[in-house]
Amino acid sequence: MKLENNYVIKTEHLQKEYRLGVIGTGTLRHDLQSWFAKKRGKEDPNRRIGARDYEKGDTFLALDDVALEVERGERVGIIGANGAGKSTLLKLLSRITSPTDGEIAYRGRIASMLEVGTGFHPELTGRENVYLNGAILGMTKAEVDKKIDQIIEFSECEKFIDTPVKRYSSGMFVKLAFSVAAHLDAEIMIMDEVLAVGDMKFQKKCISKMRELAIDENRTVLYVSHNMGTIQDLCSRCIVLDKGKKVYDGDVDEAIKLYMGGANDEFFHFNYEDDRLKFPVKRHDLNMKSVKFNGRTTNLFYDGEPMNLELEWENLEDIPSLSMRIEVQTPQRQPITSFVLEDFYSGKKGETHKQKFRINVSQFRRGRFVTRYVFFNKKSDSSAYEDIEDVMGLAFRRQVSDTLKQPWQRTWGTVKLGDLELVNEE
Amino acid sequence: MQNEKITYISAKSKWYKIDFKEIWRYRDLIMLFVKRNITTSYKQTVLGPLWIIINPLISTVVFTVIFGVIAKTSPGGIPQFLFYMSGNLLWGFFSGCLSKGSATFISNSRVFGKVYFPRMCSPISDIIFSFINYLIQMVVFIGLVVYYAFTNPNVQPNIYLCLVPIMVVQTAVLGMGVGLIISSITTKYRDLNILVSFSVSLWMYVTPVVFPASKIADSGVSWLYPLFMANPVAPIVEGYRYAFLGCGSFEMMYWLISLAVTALVVLFGLLVFNKVEKNFIDTV
Repeated sequence: MKLENNYVIKTEHLQKEYRLGVIGTGTLRHDLQSWFAKKRGKEDPNRRIGARDYEKGDTFLALDDVALEVERGERVGIIGANGAGKSTLLKLLSRITSPTDGEIAYRGRIASMLEVGTGFHPELTGRENVYLNGAILGMTKAEVDKKIDQIIEFSECEKFIDTPVKRYSSGMFVKLAFSVAAHLDAEIMIMDEVLAVGDMKFQKKCISKMRELAIDENRTVLYVSHNMGTIQDLCSRCIVLDKGKKVYDGDVDEAIKLYMGGANDEFFHFNYEDDRLKFPVKRHDLNMKSVKFNGRTTNLFYDGEPMNLELEWENLEDIPSLSMRIEVQTPQRQPITSFVLEDFYSGKKGETHKQKFRINVSQFRRGRFVTRYVFFNKKSDSSAYEDIEDVMGLAFRRQVSDTLKQPWQRTWGTVKLGDLELVNEE
Repeated sequence: MQNEKITYISAKSKWYKIDFKEIWRYRDLIMLFVKRNITTSYKQTVLGPLWIIINPLISTVVFTVIFGVIAKTSPGGIPQFLFYMSGNLLWGFFSGCLSKGSATFISNSRVFGKVYFPRMCSPISDIIFSFINYLIQMVVFIGLVVYYAFTNPNVQPNIYLCLVPIMVVQTAVLGMGVGLIISSITTKYRDLNILVSFSVSLWMYVTPVVFPASKIADSGVSWLYPLFMANPVAPIVEGYRYAFLGCGSFEMMYWLISLAVTALVVLFGLLVFNKVEKNFIDTV
C-alpha cells in the first residue's frame, strides 16, 4: 500500500475479528483448559466476556472492511452506537492491538488519548507524572522539558505540581493528565471521549485547544464521542460507523442527523406503543404516543442546559381544555416536585398533536431522576379535576460543575434553592 | 516541524522483525520507569532504601543458620556467611529479573491496553531496577570480601573476577529471557503465573546456591554432575563464587554451554514476546 503525499492516515480493508465462544477450538490445550474449568465448576476461561451469542467458534467482526483516508489538518469525528467499532478503530490506529486483515499507514507520530492519565502513579508528584506520562505518550525528556511550563499553566495546577497526585481531586488529576496529552508534539492526535470528564469550562478549553492545534499547527485530530455538541464544536468532518462498517463519511451535521435517526435509544426517546410505560387512569381521554429530548442523544444535563421535550399525543375524545404536569421523582419514585402548565391546549377527537416544551432542570443537584407526564382536565366546569393520561417520562441525569462537588453533598437533598442570605442586625 | 516518518501496520507483519531502534527512541521512558520504581518502592517505609541491603542480609543469615550451622553444606575454610551471601545475591538478581519479566503483560495490562509504546521498555526497565539494587548489595559484599581476603587465607579473589561482569550480564539476560517466555504464555494461561514463584524457589535448590557444586561431584553418581551443570544458572553461580572466594572450581566448558543456552533462551524469548505483544490485549 502506498501513502500518497496529501494523506496522513490511510487504511485499506481494515478488519478486526474477535472470536466469540470458545477461543481456539480444535487445539488440545484449549479444550483441556475449558474442560478443566468446567470440572471445577468455574466459568469457561476462553469465553469472551459480553459474548451473548455464545456459540462454538462463532466470530464477530468489530471492524469490517474499513477504508479511510485522512488529510493533514483535518479534524475527524467518529460517531456510532455502542459496539459500532469506534474504539476498535482507534485501538488499531494507535497500535494497541493489530488488525486481523488489512493495512494501515500513517505519517508522523500518533498520540493516543484513549484514556487520560494512563500510567500516572499516585505516589509521584504532579511534575514527575508529567514527565512519566509524556514519555509513555512518546515524548522524550528534552521535549517535555521544553513544554513543562506550558503544561503546568494549562492544567491550572501550579500550586500542587510538587504534591503527590494521590492527594489531587479527580478534577485536578484529569486536568493535569489532559494537559500533558494536549501538548504532545505528535502529528496525529487520537481522542476517545477523554473530555467526558472534567468540568464544562475545562472541556471548552480543551476543545478550543484541540481546534487550535489542528488549524494553527496543521495537526490531524481523530475524535470519538457520544456528545454531539463537542463533535460539532471540534470536527470538520465526521464518520459514522455502524456494526463495524463505515456508513457515512463527510459533513458533520449530516452525519449527526444520520446517526441520531438511526439510533433508537430509550435514553432520549420513548414510543408508547403498548401500556408498558403507562399507569391506569379513570378516564382515558388522551393517548400519549411518543416523547423525545429535542436535539439530544444523551440524557445528561449540565448546568444551564434547558431540557427541551417534544411530546406527541392523540385525542381519544374531544378535549375542551388540557393541563399537564411533569412530575420529577427520585429513582426510588419519591416525588420531588412538578412542573405544571394549565389550560394550554384544546382539540377535537381523533386529532394528533405534537407539542414542544422546555423546562429548566438547573435547580436539581447532581444525580439521576425519573419523570412522569400526567395530563388532566375537568369534564365540565362544575366537576373536579381528573387525570386522563399518566405515563412514565424520560429519565434524566444532572451533572454539576459545582465547586462544592463533594461526596458529602449527597445528604444535601436533590433540589437546590436560592443562596443563603446574610442578614446583619442593625 | 512535522515528522514525516511513515509507519505501516499490517495484519501480516513479520514475526522476526524486532524494532530495536524504536526501543532506543523510548530510552527516556525506560529511565523514567526505573526512576518511578526507585521512588515508589520504598515510599512510606521507615528504613527506605536500606531494605535493599537488609533483605538479602536477613536471608543470608537464615541460610547460614539452616544450611551452614545445622545442615553443614558449606565447604570448610570459607566464612559461611560469605559463602551463602555470594550465591544468594546472584540468585536474588536472577530470580528478580525472571519474576518481574514474567509479570510484564499481566501487571501492565491496564497501561498496555490504553497506549502504545514498545512493550519491551517495561521488562528492560525492571531489569535495570533490579541491577541497581544488585549493585548496592554488591558494595556490601565486596566490602566483606576485601575484609576477609586480608584476614582469612582461604578467601582468595582471583583473575576470574574479569569474567564477573559478563556473568552478571548473562544472569540478567537469562532471567529476562525466561521471564519473557513465561509472560508471553501467561497472557492466555494464568496457571503459569502461579507456578512461577514456586518453580523459582525449587530451581534455587538445583543450583549451587546453598551448597557447593562439589557436593554433587562427590555424590558418586557419575551422570549427576553433568546433568546438574546443564542447568544454565549453575555454572554462573559456581564460577562467580570461585572468582570472588576462590572456593570450588571454574569449568570453562560448562560455562560456554551455559552462555549458548542463554543466547538461545533470550532469542526465543524476544521472538515470542514480539509475537504476543501485538495482540495480547485481546486475550489477556
